[in-house]
Amino acid sequence: MSPRNIGLVFKKDLKSYFNSFIAYAVIAIFLAVTGYLFSNLLASFSVLSLQAHANPMVAKQYNLLNVNETVVRPLFGNISMVMLLMLPLLTMKLLADEKKSGTMELLLTYPVRDAEVVLGKFLACLTVFAAMLLSTISYPILLINLGEPEVLPMITGYVGLFLLGAAFISLGIFTSSLTENQIIAGSLSIGILFCFWLMSYSTAFLSPDVGQIISYLAINEHLESLAKGVVDTEDIIYFLIFTVLFLFLTLRSLESKRWR
Amino acid sequence: MIEVEDLTKSYGSHLGIDGLTFSAQKGETIGFLGPNGAGKTTTMRILTCFFPATSGKAVVAGYDCFEDSFEVRKRVGYLPESVPLYGDMIVDDYLAFVAGIKGVESKAVKQTVTRTMGDCGLDAVAGRPIRELSKGYRQRVGLAQALVNDPEILILDEPTNGLDPKQIKEIRKLISALAQQRTIILSTHILPEVSMVCERVVIINKGKLVAVDSPENLTANQRDSSRIFLRIAGDGEQIIKALREIKGLKKVDPAPAADGGNAFIVELADGADGEQSILPIIVSNSWKLTEMRSVETSLEDVFIQLVTEEDGV
Repeated sequence: MSPRNIGLVFKKDLKSYFNSFIAYAVIAIFLAVTGYLFSNLLASFSVLSLQAHANPMVAKQYNLLNVNETVVRPLFGNISMVMLLMLPLLTMKLLADEKKSGTMELLLTYPVRDAEVVLGKFLACLTVFAAMLLSTISYPILLINLGEPEVLPMITGYVGLFLLGAAFISLGIFTSSLTENQIIAGSLSIGILFCFWLMSYSTAFLSPDVGQIISYLAINEHLESLAKGVVDTEDIIYFLIFTVLFLFLTLRSLESKRWR
Repeated sequence: MIEVEDLTKSYGSHLGIDGLTFSAQKGETIGFLGPNGAGKTTTMRILTCFFPATSGKAVVAGYDCFEDSFEVRKRVGYLPESVPLYGDMIVDDYLAFVAGIKGVESKAVKQTVTRTMGDCGLDAVAGRPIRELSKGYRQRVGLAQALVNDPEILILDEPTNGLDPKQIKEIRKLISALAQQRTIILSTHILPEVSMVCERVVIINKGKLVAVDSPENLTANQRDSSRIFLRIAGDGEQIIKALREIKGLKKVDPAPAADGGNAFIVELADGADGEQSILPIIVSNSWKLTEMRSVETSLEDVFIQLVTEEDGV
């Protein structure tokens, strides 16, 4: 693989995100929604804090004095849900649009390997996502200024969100490789991600062994411990395997298209 | 430079191309002709390694299109029929991207892009997004991306499609200039273009090879009759009736005449002497002959004849 070719595809797709204003629109909407959710969490924390100040029993009941538990963890949960709905909007065009417009025909006749194309596109999307995530950094900074939250869970939480985003993008590129219709690619991506998200809800109705497997496969379960500040290699490995698996499937999908 | 041997591509039960064999020498310009759906684009896509053939062999610049596709792709410039481009990219950025991907050294990219833009007449649209360009300029950008790394082989699928006559002339001139140093395969529906630009013609129909030869040989070999254009003043019906008596006549058809008079195309079997047969009839009827000339067989006639023969019409 040539790092130069990966870099060229990366640069082309990154420019395309900004030239077409997709990146600006998605980042702005992401910030507006997460900002609204953050302000709500902060407002409810402040109301409960006032109640706790008046009645110490309430504070004891809700463990209100811990800002990490009442604001930071729910915030990461909220951000991850917004990511689930918005990242497919970034990924759905990556290969579907190239196929629809016919540029894929030219791209695949250039001396560039499929893996270089997929990696370049993945990294371009990951960079836009990193910018999205970085733009939310003002929330924890505000919390640090207002209270005394633990910083480590915030850092591990952000690492978790980044890994989760990488996994979402990898799946999004895969669904984008399956069709030339962006809407189908986006819908498929959201649908599959919801399945990975919601599968943990069914563990209560399953046998313990199957439940354990389903619980391990559920994507949101692996963000939980990172949001608590617990770095478990099992979670990191899960996200990495998820990402690599769908990038690999994207390559196979591109390869199979050549044979049809 | 290009060797195609018994090449077949199937799409399920349908055969896109069926046992195609032809070759192109270094520096040769080949015209690739065939009706819509004949398999021209399929062949070009195999030669550019977009997809592999189902069976057979395609060797480009000494490399097998399937085994060494990467080496082939380094040496081929391809312009697909639809000229797919990234609309949101700036012309210069797009060509710099293609130059980089095609292996032009980083230091030389800017110079290469400037030279290619000059060669393709793109200086006027430098710095503009591709989506804002006219059809003619988009076609030139498509040609520029095929040329940017100075490839040994150019495969152009209908490069003058949709252009106005002035643009067609310019692109044709550019292709003729390029043809001096490169092997070119050119697919087009404009048959006079092939006669002007190409040294050899490959005609395919329904995925099968119909003919391979120079445009001159094709027109000479296909000629089994001679045609004469006549313009005669007088009663049209009477003239046709008299012309039908000519010895060796295959057919006589009315032809459009610029002044609205009577014009005919008389087709005679090869070997029949047109002047000796026609002139006495005109003299004996005292008609006024205003024009008489032989009609050359065009590549278009040959193409239609070969394709309809294949179709069994």
